[in-house]
Amino acid sequence: MIKKFSPCLKGYGIYAVLAPATIALEVILEVFIPYLMAQIIDIGINRGDYSFILQRGALMVLMAILSLFCGALSGAFAARASAGLAYGVRKKLYEKIQDFSFANVDKFSTASLVTRMTTDVNSVQQAFMMIIRSCIRSPLMLITATIMAFRLNSQLASIFLFAIPVLGTALFIIAKMAYPRFAKMFEKFDYMNRRIQETLIAIRVVKTFVKGDYEAEEFEKAADGVRAAQVKAEKLIITNGPIMQLTIYATTIAICWFGGRSIIAGRMEVGALTGVITYVSQILMSLMMLSFVFVSIVMTRASIARICEVFDEIPDIRDNPSSELKVSDGSIEFNNVSFSYSKNKENKVLSDINLKIGSGDKIGIVGATGSAKTTLVQLIPRLYDVTDGKVLVGGHDVRDYKLEELRENVAMVLQKNVLFTGTIRDNLKWGNESATEEEIIKAAKKAQAHDFIMSFPEGYDTELGQGGVNVSGGQKQRLCIARALLKNPKIIILDDSTSAVDTATDSEIRKTFREELDHVTTIVIAQRIASVIDADKIVVLDEGKINGVGTHDELLGENAIYREIYQSQRKGEQ
Amino acid sequence: MPGPHQMKTAKPKNFKDTILRIFSYLWDYKFLLILACICILLSSAGGVLGTYFLRSLVNDCIIPIKDGNLRPLVKMLFKMGGVYIMGAAATYIYSRLMLYITTNTLKRIRCQLFTKLMTLPVKYFDTHTHGELMSRFTNDVDTMREMLSQSIPNFISSSFTIVSVFILMIILSPILTLLVLGMLAIMLFVVSTVSRKGVGFFRKQQEAVGAVNGFVEETVEGQKVVKVFCREDEVKEEFEKLNANYRDAAASAHTTANVLMPIMGNLSYIHYALTATAGAYFYLKGFIHDLGTIVSFLQFTRTFSQPITQISMQINSIMASLAGAERVFAVLDEDPEIDEGNVTLVNARLDGDKITETDEFTGKWAWKVPSEGGYEYVSVMGDVKLNNVTFGYEKNKTVLNDISLYAKPGQKIAFVGSTGAGKTTITNLLNRFYDIDAGTITYDGIELCDIKKDDLRRSMSMVLQDTHLFTGTVRDNIRYGRADATDEDVERAARLANAHFFISHLPEGYDTVLTGDGANLSQGQRQLLSIARAAIANAPVLILDEATSSIDTRTEALIEKGMDTLMEGRTVFVIAHRLSTVRNSNAIMVLENGKIIERGDHDDLIAQKGRYYKLYMGMFELA
Repeated sequence: MIKKFSPCLKGYGIYAVLAPATIALEVILEVFIPYLMAQIIDIGINRGDYSFILQRGALMVLMAILSLFCGALSGAFAARASAGLAYGVRKKLYEKIQDFSFANVDKFSTASLVTRMTTDVNSVQQAFMMIIRSCIRSPLMLITATIMAFRLNSQLASIFLFAIPVLGTALFIIAKMAYPRFAKMFEKFDYMNRRIQETLIAIRVVKTFVKGDYEAEEFEKAADGVRAAQVKAEKLIITNGPIMQLTIYATTIAICWFGGRSIIAGRMEVGALTGVITYVSQILMSLMMLSFVFVSIVMTRASIARICEVFDEIPDIRDNPSSELKVSDGSIEFNNVSFSYSKNKENKVLSDINLKIGSGDKIGIVGATGSAKTTLVQLIPRLYDVTDGKVLVGGHDVRDYKLEELRENVAMVLQKNVLFTGTIRDNLKWGNESATEEEIIKAAKKAQAHDFIMSFPEGYDTELGQGGVNVSGGQKQRLCIARALLKNPKIIILDDSTSAVDTATDSEIRKTFREELDHVTTIVIAQRIASVIDADKIVVLDEGKINGVGTHDELLGENAIYREIYQSQRKGEQ
Repeated sequence: MPGPHQMKTAKPKNFKDTILRIFSYLWDYKFLLILACICILLSSAGGVLGTYFLRSLVNDCIIPIKDGNLRPLVKMLFKMGGVYIMGAAATYIYSRLMLYITTNTLKRIRCQLFTKLMTLPVKYFDTHTHGELMSRFTNDVDTMREMLSQSIPNFISSSFTIVSVFILMIILSPILTLLVLGMLAIMLFVVSTVSRKGVGFFRKQQEAVGAVNGFVEETVEGQKVVKVFCREDEVKEEFEKLNANYRDAAASAHTTANVLMPIMGNLSYIHYALTATAGAYFYLKGFIHDLGTIVSFLQFTRTFSQPITQISMQINSIMASLAGAERVFAVLDEDPEIDEGNVTLVNARLDGDKITETDEFTGKWAWKVPSEGGYEYVSVMGDVKLNNVTFGYEKNKTVLNDISLYAKPGQKIAFVGSTGAGKTTITNLLNRFYDIDAGTITYDGIELCDIKKDDLRRSMSMVLQDTHLFTGTVRDNIRYGRADATDEDVERAARLANAHFFISHLPEGYDTVLTGDGANLSQGQRQLLSIARAAIANAPVLILDEATSSIDTRTEALIEKGMDTLMEGRTVFVIAHRLSTVRNSNAIMVLENGKIIERGDHDDLIAQKGRYYKLYMGMFELA
């Protein structure tokens, strides 16, 4: 765990060292003060020495001021170190997520990744701050205070040798027993929160089925589970307080007894007694602090585990960064390809796919919901890797290319597409950072997007809200196509990317593709037969297998599924 | 989302009422609470008295003893031991009591909050995001927990300690107490200066958190697009800037929080040093007569500053909790959905023309209308009439304008039009998610607002645009439509929606557990499940809002038969993008800007060669 997190502290390690170091200084100063006080009483008063009293008093004040500065500084250092660590962890997480393949992203949901980057990192930050502020402070306080107490009176101080292990063991046992109970409590919390979230998201469903009372009842069970688990966990922790009090008190009484006897017998001074009593609370307080740290580490363990899950996730797709291979043309070949989303090879989504696509071909893919159309095309830019077989682009296995080279040449317009906050121009430039105004307009025109962009008062400088909320579905799709075209790719894949575009515009786009982008291999997945009717080759997929390949007319004659799809769309037109 | 430990700078607006209201919750446990308060006082009294006894111990039982008589010392130690044991026992008892009171109170508040949310109108959920409502449950209730279980007991015991220690100090030595007052002034000054500075820093940190979270959410949501365009390096760079900004803001904010403790702690040491010096000086001068006083007083200076530091640390968290409690109470005070309906829905048995009420599920329904001296039963037919209906989500912004339409029992009515034309709005008015501004809607001749809302909704099955599934088995999800449905009913509904095939191919069939809104299913499969869920409810009116938009045309053709069976004998309202879905409707309404611009059946509309015709021929794009 330390190995995973320590690189995140880079640049802030110095603060992580300085914070305990200044705190150590503070502790030493703090520990000296009761010692000086004992001297004032035992030496100063006994001798009636004013100057000794004033001198020691001044020294005490000076040390307290110094200690104040050290304490404040270490607070500032700790804040800086923990903020730095959180920064590093977030950075590492974010970069890791950027390395994720689609399969990795699918495994964690978006929401869970966001929680890991925010809430979990936050609790690690808090715990780390607590650790660097107490990990040195408490043990050092324990040791130095014990030493000082021994210096004052070793007989009295030896009482600590009983008290410290007793309290330490008790606190340790409590913290250890508490961990599984807290883990259980967090589970109950997660369950309750999930119920709330689900109900909130589906509030309309709950209302239409009049399930409010049912949900409230179920929620009460969940809330009661949380209550019971919380009582069970915290019940243990609250014994900390009385146990510590009892130990402090018992130690104080023991010290008073032995100390009192010694003073009465004339073997000891009063000042030493009060000094040792002050050390009692310092020592036992520091043990208490340690147990707090222990508990807070226990409570952050869940967060740490969730962060480590992301750190440990191995990106499914390994880049081939040293490859010099260039994509020479837009030909594609599937060679005995099979694919499964899970590691379980039984559960195949695609199997026995053999398909050759020539450079510049216009390909259509049709098939029912769940027939793995999207899965098939996602293998081309290596969004997923094949389970068996090979996918070749430009005559080479896609795994032999550098990822960037491959994806620069294979543009893909996703089914679930996203535009980002920023202007239309910013969004289009995603395709090519250095695109000129002319190139941008050209791409927009090809995607039939230029006209509607110009109809906005701000034109290409129109700000899009998050997710492109202020353009219609069809407009969004056309922007996404323009963005992909700007890459100037050798292969372009449109995954159901014109479903919200009206048929007239759709056919315009296809015409442009045929006429102006004749050298670019185009693969179109569509629900509408009309979108693929004039393709060079149409592939019919059925349950992960190729059911037929051919032109529209050929398939209409020989492929039953294709005919059915065609007829289901024809019915109304007759 | 700020973590539970983060101090919030939001100040509560109505201090007094919020506190009173929190106490009204605690008042349910008044005896336990009073007992807890007594124990808190006993616990701090134990500490204070113990220290006070130290003085007598030194003054009376140690210093004056010259003959080696240990009896007074033993007696004193037993006295102290008694006080200490009482203190520790009291600490344990009040902690347990507070744990009991707190967890039960929080459970009650959580349940109230949830139950309240269930009664709030849909409009409320339109104006509040899920994240916002979630944080009522997580952040706000959590800060209340901290306040109830820690801040309040701490505050009580700290205040008690401060006051009693102060009194004892005056009794012990008025001169040395003057020093205490001076120190107190300095401490208060430090606390107020540091916290004032902290407020600004924490606000800045909150802003930085918002920026980071927003960016993470957007880019992780669009992660696949980032990858397809190889933009990893650019987003990393952008994130780096926001991340660094957050780091700096967090460092300043936490610095102010961190320095308070050591400053206060060491001020108390300065105080300690000054007291020791002054005490020794005064002793020699003869102002103070005994050493025991100095020893006790020194002990007190430590005991005195601790609760002050405690309270100064608590103030921030108490403020945050009160602000959180206020937000929770604000939700509890929201107006629930208004429901003045007194017409209820009952299971009915038909004997010829006579309708009798029954408790059994008969598949037939009747409205139970209160009339003079009893009830009248009206058969539920699904006869829906809208007369001159006008509606807007906000005032002065009408979404539907003067809409009139009739749906006779068993008819299929379709709505077609662009996004925002008001299609979904009409269905939202039918089940009274929203109430109309003008006009009337009648259902089997009964005014819609006279029907009890729950019963009205029970009489309509809906398949919504956004399918939502719950964590649980497939079977549970289908049964959501009707709790008492048998396994056979569930399977029949699944077959009707053509969902049986894919369900039986899931690893555990009907017992497969769906998680995360059915994340392991395709959008089309989720729609099939939500159709099955509506089918099992077996209501006389069916509303399909883009119910088949993600199902491919071939599968749609396959489920057409099932859908026809489902629609048979029911009044159906259909909203669809895909015109093939609405073609066989009895009437199609083309909506634009909240008005019906064309109406008629498919053939009529094609013949009119208007908007519908253009849409159908693909000459017009639906936004």
